[in-house]
Amino acid sequence: MAFRRERMWTVARTELRQLLQAKDFWVPMALLGGIFFVVIPAILLLLINNIGNQQALQQVSKALDVLPAAAKQAVPQGIPEEAKVSFTLAVFLLAPVAVVVPLTISSAVGASSIVGERERGTGEFLAHTPADTREIYLGKLIASCIPGYITTAVGFGAYSLLVNAMLIGKIGYLFFPTPAWWVLILWELPPFIAIALSLVLRLSARVKSTAAAQQATGLVTLPLILIGYGQSTGALFGAGTVRLGMILGAVAWVVALVSLASGVRSIKRSSLLGVADEA
Amino acid sequence: MTSDAESLTGPVSANDREQAGVYFPPVGGATTTAVAPADEDHRQPLVAAPEGPLVVELRNVTRQFGNVLALSNLSILAPQGRITVLLGPNGAGKTTAIRVITGALSPNRGMVRTFGLDPERDGESVRRRIGIVSAKPALYDRLTGWDNLQYSAELYGLGREASAQIRDAAGRFGILEALDQQVGGYSTGMKTRLALARSVLHGPELLLFDEPTSGLDPESSHAVLELIREMTSDGRTVVMCTHLLVEAEGLADQIVVLEAGTDLMSGSQETLIRRYWPHDLLRLDATDRAALDRVQGMEGVVGYQRNGAAADVSLDSFDRVPDIVDRLVADGVRLTRVEPHHPTLEELYFAVRRERRAMGVETPL
Repeated sequence: MAFRRERMWTVARTELRQLLQAKDFWVPMALLGGIFFVVIPAILLLLINNIGNQQALQQVSKALDVLPAAAKQAVPQGIPEEAKVSFTLAVFLLAPVAVVVPLTISSAVGASSIVGERERGTGEFLAHTPADTREIYLGKLIASCIPGYITTAVGFGAYSLLVNAMLIGKIGYLFFPTPAWWVLILWELPPFIAIALSLVLRLSARVKSTAAAQQATGLVTLPLILIGYGQSTGALFGAGTVRLGMILGAVAWVVALVSLASGVRSIKRSSLLGVADEA
Repeated sequence: MTSDAESLTGPVSANDREQAGVYFPPVGGATTTAVAPADEDHRQPLVAAPEGPLVVELRNVTRQFGNVLALSNLSILAPQGRITVLLGPNGAGKTTAIRVITGALSPNRGMVRTFGLDPERDGESVRRRIGIVSAKPALYDRLTGWDNLQYSAELYGLGREASAQIRDAAGRFGILEALDQQVGGYSTGMKTRLALARSVLHGPELLLFDEPTSGLDPESSHAVLELIREMTSDGRTVVMCTHLLVEAEGLADQIVVLEAGTDLMSGSQETLIRRYWPHDLLRLDATDRAALDRVQGMEGVVGYQRNGAAADVSLDSFDRVPDIVDRLVADGVRLTRVEPHHPTLEELYFAVRRERRAMGVETPL
């Protein structure tokens, strides 16, 4: 059966349109992004910059000594101690947020995508249309990916503005985003979301309810979040950070493509109907 | 004298059936059981081949889900431009049959052809020519009516500029004014109308309706059935599932009665009834019903059955009626009712089911 891209985009567009209509989905999503990208960093940076007790500040600073040498070298010299700590926090320690937020949001969307069609009865409609299961699978994957990624992109922008605005007076120039962050957001993150979603959609096609899908999704995405956490911090801390990020991203892309190819094949038309396919 | 329980039942061997030329579909792949003739001259098959080119052709289709046999040697032949109604109780296999017709499900055994194509192999070509209304309306509640139709239009290849078709389809089913509202706020009747509009949007040649009046009030049901009838006026083929005898009776050109995943009988209502009761039927009643039993030996009487309310007499011709009445009156029988009886689909359905139960083919109602 021929694969038609326009039908895949139709599925994706319609999924997104439904999400936009669902305030109960996007309000928590916006709150999650806001908390991780704006509220928590703002509180941390405010605290660091307003610690009056020099002894406490030095203790925090010492704690950052565990960072690799390359990371420490990237910290600008000749600025106040609290600015150094703030720079380190902004550039290195908050990186995992960029992984946790999109994976959490996209997995939540993806978990209900196929089982949700079954529960609402709309899977019956889709199953009888000329749309190929590959088009449906990829359309849903794209639709699951976009909210998480957009939240991250917007959050990333807001985070950049926030940290620059809070620290420019002490550091003296617009320091964020660093090149390694660009690599993380544009090159490393998308394959991680794709890997998670390829697994989540597979689960969504197999389980019997959205609640079960959400539970199972947690199990699948947790290791991915941990790996992503490790990779993102590792990439940012590494010596040749951009280069390392590019390599890690390339590996993630290969894994993502393999996972997607196998995920596409695993979805059957009967998955939309909610009947056991095996004879 | 023949009691109700005795009159229509009795085992028929495979040999008897073969000699009689009667085809009774096997049940559940087990030993073949048969519907006994209503009278000795009942020699016609209860599966009548439809006339005209076939749009849907299922032959001996079996589909199993785990240990559950959903379809068992099911055969359905739906001719072009006609309304074929799949009639049967819940769990009879109607929805599974629809799913197999579109290729959404593959059979384990048997042959499926829709428009002469194998839906498993040529799924896209087959489904492009089919419009369907499922048992649940299968609409996206968060989208507007327009968006639901637009989605379907795009999936069926009408492109994003299908406004004219959307308006036409919605107008035809009286839902145009509500298209900008979210479907979640629609009544059940409006949802059904929208689902019907969606089913015809792409100009399908075959329409599959799975209990389209489910959940509707009588007035809306009637309106929906009228709309379905209209749809065949331009040559479309309709296959509709229902468990309501009255719907099948009023709508069907051809009826396929399903039970436990197999086709119990199929053909037009008139053909099936005529084949089951091949003779003219006369309904008699009298002040003393037992006295009616003497009609059995009279000339022209080929069958007799007395139930609680009256007696049904099979005649070789209605021309016999005056003589029979004369003789009964002469014998002192005080007749209170003499009328021709035209059996309904409901009577046929329950007669056949009663026989099957008596022969040990138990299926829940």
